[in-house]
Amino acid sequence: MGESFVNVEEILKSEELTFAEKILTIKQVELESVKRAGEIAIVSVDLVAGQDGTTPLAIKAFEEMGGGSVWDPSKILFVIDHTYPSSSAEISNLHKLMRSFAHRQGIRVVEGSIIHQVILEEYAAPGMLIVGADSHTTTHGAVGAFATGIGSTELAAVMLEGKIWLKVPSTIRVRLEGSLPKGVYAKDIALHVIGRIGAEGANYKSIEWTGEALSKLSIASRATLCNMSVEAGAKNAVVEYDVVTEEYLRELGRSPMTIVRSGRKAEVEDELRVECSKLEPMVAAPSRVDNVKSVREVEGTPIDQAFIGSCTNGRLEDLIEAAKILRGRKVKEGVRLIVTPASRKVYMDALRLGVLETLFEAGAIVTNPTCGACVGTHLGVLGEGEVAISSSNRNFVGRMGHPSSKVYLASPATVVASAIRGAITDPREFL
Amino acid sequence: MSVIRGRAWKFGDNIDTDIIIPFKYKARTIDPQELAQHVMEGIDPSFPKKVRPGDIIVAGRNFGCGSSREQAPLAIKAAGIAAVVAESFARIFFRNAINIGLPAIEVKGISEKTDDGDVFEIDLYQGIVKNLSKGLTFKATPMPNMLMEILKEGGLVNYVKKHRARPQ
Repeated sequence: MGESFVNVEEILKSEELTFAEKILTIKQVELESVKRAGEIAIVSVDLVAGQDGTTPLAIKAFEEMGGGSVWDPSKILFVIDHTYPSSSAEISNLHKLMRSFAHRQGIRVVEGSIIHQVILEEYAAPGMLIVGADSHTTTHGAVGAFATGIGSTELAAVMLEGKIWLKVPSTIRVRLEGSLPKGVYAKDIALHVIGRIGAEGANYKSIEWTGEALSKLSIASRATLCNMSVEAGAKNAVVEYDVVTEEYLRELGRSPMTIVRSGRKAEVEDELRVECSKLEPMVAAPSRVDNVKSVREVEGTPIDQAFIGSCTNGRLEDLIEAAKILRGRKVKEGVRLIVTPASRKVYMDALRLGVLETLFEAGAIVTNPTCGACVGTHLGVLGEGEVAISSSNRNFVGRMGHPSSKVYLASPATVVASAIRGAITDPREFL
Repeated sequence: MSVIRGRAWKFGDNIDTDIIIPFKYKARTIDPQELAQHVMEGIDPSFPKKVRPGDIIVAGRNFGCGSSREQAPLAIKAAGIAAVVAESFARIFFRNAINIGLPAIEVKGISEKTDDGDVFEIDLYQGIVKNLSKGLTFKATPMPNMLMEILKEGGLVNYVKKHRARPQ
């Protein structure tokens, strides 16, 4: 490598560069120049992850590329979560393929927790560059990482070489003013913003979530914001490092890799303001995530199934919120309330706190951690014409089952309130 | 493959990857031919039977939004589709398509001027897309060089094989 023209300390201090520009500049394999929005940077990866829907194809591509050994097994993670435990012999065979490849290469395989929850709990740290063969990899911006989704062939190439080319995205800043009223959550903020900018509103872009409302939002809630950002097309999403992040990492005994802050004078493509105190519970009505309405507009719509889970809203605080509303109440007869904790840790914590007992007593079905119902593969597949309300992230045609089934996306509170009534219900009447 | 000639199948905006290939199929197989039997099933169950090798897809905005599943472009390619032309692409789909050697070409204003069955000629390297049936010529959004290089090799597998930096 020749003389470096990039001074990392200066880059980090700059008030002129966005989060994406800074991190993609300092992660370059060769620190050749400052990378601004629109330029291509070849960067080294701190963690690459794949799940059972995407990794089998990556293994095939890896072998076709010439195979051999992976670049660094300690920076690769496989998670079997999408159909876990397997619901068919064919799927079991793909899981076997993942396990045997991982065993041969010395790669860690986590089974039965959702990939993004595993990364949040055990890996993600400020300043990391994470790529994952799953679109919701954007989640890890919640702790200040640059994290983005890739496909299977790309996963194979990263496993081989530990680097990737990325076009530096331009930035949309979303400023969250005020604070959230009772019964309104990070999910409602995310749906509101997606409704405003559309499913393509942040395509190829970086979303920087900022503003005073964040000080009261936990890492779990921030993960919901960053997770849903991809539903507006975002390449990555990020919440700046603050005391909440610091506290979260301290509890986990983890430290930041690098604290990267977006420059105050950095040029952004767009800036949106959200007055949080004026928000109300929202849904994304069938069959587009940007078909956003207030709960009031669709209140009374009968439902067959209510789902709490997924990498979007299957964390402990989501289950606690659901239990708060369900305590002493019952799920309406004929309605299935399915609760899928996002990880074994979430499951265990909820178990110890008595949260699962409350949910079960109210009539919920508590499943093992998996992506199952959210991706329509098992543990809650919708039948012809059935309607679901779900705390997950996509309501596309056929996403959760039969092509004629319909999905409304909402916060966990709205989901359980609706499960009690058997129809879409504003959770505020139970709070 | 620098010049592609084929008849068009037209789709609308926001064709997501769950429509292109539902998870239930992609969960159980990585065989492109089996995936191809269900391509676009979410919107047109008869599509896999109607499509002929060399056909192209012309679509609206945000084609391929949603999940990162590479099985989506793979199913399209295995069904015989030679290229996808759209007003815009969701980023992961676009990258996946190029990585498996399926040309994904962004052309603004093409959707409203295309009907099912129109015959197109696409010059990939020049970035020219012609609707021969209607006598219209469009200019594609230029592709970053790196992507063009990957496409020229027929995808990322071949590209890495050829340019592999890390000695074994």
